Amino acid sequence: MHECTCHQNYTADTLIPKVGIITDIRQETPDVKTFRVNAPEGGKLFEHMPGQCAMLCAPGISEGMFSITSSPTNKEYQEFSIKKCGSLTSYLHDLSVGDAITVRGPYGNHFPVDSALLGKDLLFIAGGIGLAPLRSVINYVLDNREQYGKIDILYGSRSADDLVQLKEIREKWMQAEGVQVHLTIDRPQEGWDGHVGFVPAYLKELGFSNDKTALVCGPPIMIKFVLAALEEMGFSKNQVYTTLELRMKCGVGKCGRCNIGTKYVCKDGPVFRCDEIDALPDEY
Amino acid sequence: MFKIAREALPALFAKMAEIADLFLPVKNNINTEYARFTPESAVDLETLKTAKSPKDLFFPQSETLYTCHRDGKKLSVVPEKLAEAPFIVFGMRACDIQGVAVLDRVFLSEPQDSFYAARRQNGLLIGMACTEPEESCFCGTFGIDHTAPGGDVDTMLTKTHLYWMPCTEKGQVLTEKLADLLQEAKEDELDKEKEKAKALMEAMPYKDVSVEGWGAAAADKNFDSPLWESLAKPCLACGTCTFVCPTCQCYDIKDYETGHGVKRYRCWDSCMYSDFTMMAHGNNRTTQMQRFRQRFMHKLAYFPANNDGMFSCVGCGRCVEKCPSALNIVKVIKAFGGEQHA
Repeated sequence: MHECTCHQNYTADTLIPKVGIITDIRQETPDVKTFRVNAPEGGKLFEHMPGQCAMLCAPGISEGMFSITSSPTNKEYQEFSIKKCGSLTSYLHDLSVGDAITVRGPYGNHFPVDSALLGKDLLFIAGGIGLAPLRSVINYVLDNREQYGKIDILYGSRSADDLVQLKEIREKWMQAEGVQVHLTIDRPQEGWDGHVGFVPAYLKELGFSNDKTALVCGPPIMIKFVLAALEEMGFSKNQVYTTLELRMKCGVGKCGRCNIGTKYVCKDGPVFRCDEIDALPDEY
Repeated sequence: MFKIAREALPALFAKMAEIADLFLPVKNNINTEYARFTPESAVDLETLKTAKSPKDLFFPQSETLYTCHRDGKKLSVVPEKLAEAPFIVFGMRACDIQGVAVLDRVFLSEPQDSFYAARRQNGLLIGMACTEPEESCFCGTFGIDHTAPGGDVDTMLTKTHLYWMPCTEKGQVLTEKLADLLQEAKEDELDKEKEKAKALMEAMPYKDVSVEGWGAAAADKNFDSPLWESLAKPCLACGTCTFVCPTCQCYDIKDYETGHGVKRYRCWDSCMYSDFTMMAHGNNRTTQMQRFRQRFMHKLAYFPANNDGMFSCVGCGRCVEKCPSALNIVKVIKAFGGEQHA
């Protein structure tokens, strides 16, 4: 084996990744897996805040930015929930426990769990794999329960089989004090006795009071209709947070790819307040 | 100030090449480009602009970042060694030196790019005043003085001599090492030459191009203009403008299997290309108009908004000369009213 130590003399750069070992894989849905990643010597690769992302790379295949779905309050590992939809994600889905990838990060800003969200009633609205970044915040908030108000979680997906983290939702979130979980699926399905209907419609049906702070993440079309519904319900733009997703390479606002207006989504985002998004050119 | 007779320049270059790797404009079969000096180099100080800017001496067109080795399930990452060799770039024009200042804003801002930073630290810039500006030049639009390039050493070539002015400590140290070859010159010997060079620029067609109205304020104002459609129409999306540009710094990160590991490298990319922003779930800039607008809005509005008003165009005019569709940033600036009539 090539035991090279000379690189210890070289300056570390944010573009140079660390090796991460996959220590657990959970099949969440037919096309989503959650990967647990540790440093080769055990423990976490780095510390992060809820909403931040990391660049996962399969050498020789590709590299992609994924939100870190585990909460920083988890002291043992980081997790990534990844939907199979391209060459990199297909490769990752074929990996087994013990396989190595490279990871660099964390990148970007985070949901304001240490400022604007403190003491607020929180309304989480997620669609499909969009739960991945919000799960980090939800678990962070639940682990620091006394710092936040009431919590509502509205989560929907195409079918009951496409809801990710269902075990944790049932065993942790639904049992937590002051937390209401509202699940919905797009179409009726045998064995499902919960709500049926799209997330934006269910949101209006539930009719939350507009003094809450909303955190929204999901497919672009869902976000669009959820933001419109929130506005209709009297939420002002500065009470609503969402994330933007653009193509990224460097993660530090230099490669130019995720630039919109004066912002770089990798560095200034991915979390934006809706009034901040309104100030951007319509190119996302 | 110092000077050296033109005939003695080969000796000067040879001496500098002993001190550090020397890069300067060299004529090849097709173009004049920055290249490493050898005694056989066809050094070309008459051509005003190299075809490509010297940016790849600091931000190479392609460079390896690290190599991954696999051994069974074990994976290791070996970062590429940072550049260590000192080097000298001779003959940089004022526009190209300002181009490096723009790149500094990008790569030296936190988190610093160590690969770029190492080259900047090892590099010594020798500027050369422009005595004969060309029709595509408009550096004055950005407040750049073509007779004062702003390198570690500034030089000016006259019919008989190369004048030599150390401007920084780095330049002073080099000058001392070359003392045997240089002779003292009087400060005012170049006054007439400079006046002449300035008068020539005044006669150039783009002398009145003005970026008034651009800058941070244009970020909102110009985005929705109907002008972009007609301006972008001839664009072929070839990306030539971005490759010859001294300030374009968009890059891609890719890899390849070498047989001894996977090398991950970065290379220049272009916001003019349709796959630049393409993702699994779609593309946020689907038309060439959007990509065209992004390039110019970035240079003339977004970049200045984030960098204390510094434009990310230096008026070198390379895109003006090289665009196969005769499109360029001057047309864009002018279309939005950027021409002053005295």
